Amino acid sequence: MKSDAKMDNLFILAEDVVKTAPTNSVTLDLPTYKEKLQVKIMKLNHPEMEFDIIGINPALINAFRRILISDVPTMAIEKVTMHQNKTVIQDEVLAHRLGLIPLKANPKLFQYRLMGDQTGTDRDSLHYSLHIKCTKNPLCRAGHYRPEDLYVNHQVLSSDIKWVPIGGQSRLYKEEDVGPVYDDILIAKMRPGHELHVTMVAVKSCGRDHAKFSPVGTASYRLLPYIKLQEDVEGEDAKTLQRCFSAGVISLEERKGKTFAKVENPRIDMCSRNVLNEPHLKNKVILGRVKDHYIFTIESTVGTPPDELFKEAVKIMKKKCVDALAETKKFASRS
Amino acid sequence: MNTDLPKIAEIAGDEDSDEKSRTFLFNEEGHTLGNALRCVIASYPDVTFCGYTVPHPAETKMHFRIQTSGPRAIEILQRGLKDLEKMCDHTLEKFEEAVLTYKTEQMST
Repeated sequence: MKSDAKMDNLFILAEDVVKTAPTNSVTLDLPTYKEKLQVKIMKLNHPEMEFDIIGINPALINAFRRILISDVPTMAIEKVTMHQNKTVIQDEVLAHRLGLIPLKANPKLFQYRLMGDQTGTDRDSLHYSLHIKCTKNPLCRAGHYRPEDLYVNHQVLSSDIKWVPIGGQSRLYKEEDVGPVYDDILIAKMRPGHELHVTMVAVKSCGRDHAKFSPVGTASYRLLPYIKLQEDVEGEDAKTLQRCFSAGVISLEERKGKTFAKVENPRIDMCSRNVLNEPHLKNKVILGRVKDHYIFTIESTVGTPPDELFKEAVKIMKKKCVDALAETKKFASRS
Repeated sequence: MNTDLPKIAEIAGDEDSDEKSRTFLFNEEGHTLGNALRCVIASYPDVTFCGYTVPHPAETKMHFRIQTSGPRAIEILQRGLKDLEKMCDHTLEKFEEAVLTYKTEQMST
């Protein structure tokens, strides 16, 4: 914790105003960026990651966030053919639900389908089928009333979706590489006599086209909270102060038989600023945010781990620059 | 997506400014590139004004304005794009380093 961080590196959240030193934060130059950028991973596991990125400009980090949400491609079900739908769910609602199911397929191994191409090839499409019928359970004994005892296939789950290899796909992929990410997504509920038979085609696209292609549940950033006690807060006041912040932010320590408040972990504070409701405490605390210290959180909804998604986002940003640069050269030679 | 359209064009009206002021039109781009590029270009000492706008939210078009005190606007644009590209490279490098550090730390504990 930078307890003696320079004040011009902070947004001070005062009672009715956000105070900030007039430093230059709306521009970004390459030498300063290279000198100041720091990245530290705080948490990294499959669905979620959190990392600190220090010394970056809001415009650049926002570009990465926007790209993660709408420009990183994934595979998702795009076309659904209904052969039989006797369930209570309407065709179009069911088709929409199927589209939202995340798939494990690695989008890097596939190409975009060309505009207007209705059939596709084994390099740009994945075919799936779902054929399920609900019947009475002949083995059900008297006195059992739960649907899972009474019926066979009383619900359709994402695990019922079966991959149908086309072309040379059966040699390249395995069912567990391209199937749904989660096996327990409920698609529909059925009763005896209901039947569902659909075939589906998944294609590659990005979140800009439809939100179902977005690879992240959320990608967001926030600034590191800054809390500083200007004078000692003791006794009952210390406990009141502790209650003003999220659990774990303020700790109590015993010194010479007295209880003192200590800033333990400002990172986890929700920045409720409840302390400003305590007239005798509000002048003892400085609340703020560290200007260039971003805490970035990514939750992946697809088979790709979140750190790979971020790398992909940075590469897409780079590609945008490279492509635009090539275009400016073409443009300069035109005019 | 209209592939016939050039990705970058120039908006008319600056013909007599000696190439120091230009508004460029980016097709298929928006705030993602616009704001980041604006930040980079605004930091150059030769640039007197730099701004961008997405005139209509339903059209994927971005207008990018550069005014300089000397160099040609197109050169400034190219320099900005190159710098932004290098920033992406640097970010990627730092991020990969951090992931590696984290993974080795996790393995050793």
